[in-house]
Amino acid sequence: MKKGLFFLLILFLPFYSVMAAEDFYRFDTEEQQQRFDALTSQLRCLVCQNQTLAESNAGLAEDLRKQVYQQVQRGQSDKQIVAYLVARYGDFILYRPPLSTATVGLWFGPLMILIAAVGYLIYYLRKNKQRRE
Amino acid sequence: MKARVLLPLIIFSFVVILLWRGLSLDPNHLPSPLINRATPAFQLNTLFDPKKTTTQQDLLGHVTLLNIWATWCGSCADEHELLVDIAKDKTLFLYGINYKDNPVTAKDWLKKQGNPYQIVATDPNGNAAIDLGVYVTPETFIIDKKGFIRYTQIGSITPDIWENTLKPIVKKLQGET
Repeated sequence: MKKGLFFLLILFLPFYSVMAAEDFYRFDTEEQQQRFDALTSQLRCLVCQNQTLAESNAGLAEDLRKQVYQQVQRGQSDKQIVAYLVARYGDFILYRPPLSTATVGLWFGPLMILIAAVGYLIYYLRKNKQRRE
Repeated sequence: MKARVLLPLIIFSFVVILLWRGLSLDPNHLPSPLINRATPAFQLNTLFDPKKTTTQQDLLGHVTLLNIWATWCGSCADEHELLVDIAKDKTLFLYGINYKDNPVTAKDWLKKQGNPYQIVATDPNGNAAIDLGVYVTPETFIIDKKGFIRYTQIGSITPDIWENTLKPIVKKLQGET
């Protein structure tokens, strides 16, 4: 039991570290800092595409973080900042794809398939049970 | 064939087709939201005369190949020879934006390797490139006579890409008024 627990702890070792890029941006208010953190975690690094702007060390990510910083300082709203980047880079810069008619399949597809598969399994098991009785 | 056998086979084939298609999609080729839009406004200094400025107005009146490049970018070096060659066609207007680079190194590089550009602008902080949605170097935009972006080429231009993709677009746009 103890060995198993130890093994599990080791297994999850990689997840204990937090990936974050190193910039030193100072904000006037705590709220601005939080907005900056939230925004850069929602935006994708287009060079290292599995990382957010907050995590990536790529040159472009640094530049875009600077943009977000400057715009937060200037008083732009979250919506405006996101719109600014989407206008230039497209929807792909959003780390979570927006929910639209085009992405409904992406969002609900796996769940639908799971429900269908489980539904069929239940049906199949029931049928088998009936046959044996 | 019984439906019980056929159904998993159909589902499997569907998944295979989906994944097969997915393999051929290149995540580095993002569709640009700027296609068919006017080139975003910019104002930059020129490389050879930093006191002179250049704006998006310099793109009007001719079909332009706007090339984002830097001396530190290996893929840019790969396509440079081809660009110099393409530039021999005097009906083409090549506009270079030197991206986040050292102007001395850049001038030196062009002197040594040849300068295919009619105008070279400098974008030392990369802000103009952000406005153009640049995320990879080199990137080349084909801009029509009215200053609208009509095509973006991600990555270096190869002779094949030039002959079969870009040149036909350029020739077609040159035919437009």
